[in-house]
Amino acid sequence: MASASGLSDGTVAVRGNRRPVARYGLRFVALGYLLVLLAAPVAMVFYRAFQHGLGPIWSALTTSEARSAIEVTLIVAISAVVLNTLFGVGTALLLVRRRFPGRHFLDVLVDLPQAVSPIVVGLALILVYGKFGFFGSWIERNGLKIIFSLPGMVLATAFVSLPLVVRSVAPVLAELGDEQEQAARTLGASSWQTFRRITLPSIRDALAYGVVLSLARSLGEYGAVTVVSGHVIGKTLTLTLFIDERLQNFDQPAAYSAAVLLAIIAMGSLLISRRFRTRSRSVA
Amino acid sequence: MSISVRHVTKRFAQFTALDDVSVDIPTGSLTALLGPSGSGKSTLLRVIAGLDTADAGTVSIEGTDATHLPPQRREVGFVFQHYAPFKHMTVYDNIAFGLTVRKAGKAETKTKVNELLELVHLEKFQTRYPDQLSGGQRQRMALARALAVEPRVLLLDEPFGALDAQVRKELRTWLRRLHDEMNVTTVIVTHDQEEAMEVADEIVVLYDGRVQQVGHPHDVYEHPVNEWVMSFLGPVTHFGSLLVRPHDLDLAHETSDGALQATVVRVTRLGFQTVVDLDVHGAPLYAQLAREATDRLTLTPGTSVYVSHARGESVPAVPGVPVPEVSVSPEVPAAPADAAPAIP
Repeated sequence: MASASGLSDGTVAVRGNRRPVARYGLRFVALGYLLVLLAAPVAMVFYRAFQHGLGPIWSALTTSEARSAIEVTLIVAISAVVLNTLFGVGTALLLVRRRFPGRHFLDVLVDLPQAVSPIVVGLALILVYGKFGFFGSWIERNGLKIIFSLPGMVLATAFVSLPLVVRSVAPVLAELGDEQEQAARTLGASSWQTFRRITLPSIRDALAYGVVLSLARSLGEYGAVTVVSGHVIGKTLTLTLFIDERLQNFDQPAAYSAAVLLAIIAMGSLLISRRFRTRSRSVA
Repeated sequence: MSISVRHVTKRFAQFTALDDVSVDIPTGSLTALLGPSGSGKSTLLRVIAGLDTADAGTVSIEGTDATHLPPQRREVGFVFQHYAPFKHMTVYDNIAFGLTVRKAGKAETKTKVNELLELVHLEKFQTRYPDQLSGGQRQRMALARALAVEPRVLLLDEPFGALDAQVRKELRTWLRRLHDEMNVTTVIVTHDQEEAMEVADEIVVLYDGRVQQVGHPHDVYEHPVNEWVMSFLGPVTHFGSLLVRPHDLDLAHETSDGALQATVVRVTRLGFQTVVDLDVHGAPLYAQLAREATDRLTLTPGTSVYVSHARGESVPAVPGVPVPEVSVSPEVPAAPADAAPAIP
């Protein structure tokens, strides 16, 4: 941040005698771009939702379908975040602290979900866990249902948000080094005690940042979830799917209300994550 | 024997850090592992602590085979070169760490930590965090933290390496006193021969992953077993085909048995001693003389003198072994006029 502001100061000093058109031109273009792409659509959604006051929003979000969508969204997102937190910290530790054959492969694999389209993820999950899938028939015979029910949605959501915790925690672990952990071991701490009392407090802010990012990503996930959910109203609709379903049925007020709810949650988590990010940077 | 290392070998990829090393460290002693960087001294310490595992060989601590024990069960105290303070804990919590993971009672922990805080003179700093301490204070905190669990052996990896000269000297003396009071078997890794000689009862000289010599500091200095130990432990100069200590050389105007004829190149007076750079048919040589000897001889550049090896040990100089040919040690405060190293 410091270097960025220093740069702009220098720019002003050197180019201060430029014509105002050139000076304001760039700002106009940048702000215009943001306005067209981001601010206007979001503002429109808010405007449409609040057009007739709070009452319609409240009633749109308290129908049994909407309540179920909120509930499903929370269950799916929180389960995925819990999975990714455990997996993410473990993987980050493995990648940074251990040397083993295949480490680079794992490193690349972690980033895969960012490269693969979520639709493909959903389809792949159906191929493996679906009724006629690789494990699917065995799983169904044992009375479990993954595809077109919550477990599949959790898997899909966990898959797409998988890199976020790993990628926030790993650099901090690398920066931290392992001397403090070694010191703890020589002082008699077990692996678990070392993790609990030395490693975890040191990566706390980075981990929180990763968790908030995953949560935001999980709440807003659409592509992968839509394939595996089966769209059972009142059962497997998340908020994003609910918005889609309402739009298809020309119930715009409900769609806008749900969209506003998602947008507020997303912005809230973004604000929280910024705090953790600056703190984890300043610690490192 | 407190620590017994037997035939330990450790490789890192292509590099052999320890090559069939065997060392015995007596109970209650303060032993220095001395060697240049890459000699394997830190690796040996880490193998003893269990932070690195040996590829071959065994380590036993106080009679227990520790070769396969994890570090937390070896009962060793380890002080890292950069102290490895727990940054998110106060000084008090850092020192108490070993006791709290052992689930020691609160009152017992408090007594013990206060005792240690007093011992390392950090009573006033107990609520501070490590980044609010100076290097020397962090070092003492790390030492107290390691001592809190009453280790059977205390291992220190270049403990004074990151400190400035003044603090280093103070801490060195303090560590020696501490050791004499507590009597815990201590192993210190250092590349500073002066530090090793001042602090240790016994010096283990390592080079190239092998133990070169083990002995009392005085013996190792006076009777080095090879050219390498000789040149690492103190100043050396080439006397013909021999490596000798420059303070073991005498100068005279008359020839004597085994004396070499030389021409004085430069005379540097350093207060209590004089360094005389000489030229023996093109080969450089230097001698350290007492002040009176120089005054008696009236040496000036160009004077022809005879150099004899009057006392002390000599070892054959092996071509290829690097020997520093700097006559004026940078550690000795030199007279301003002749302060530059006298390399011909």
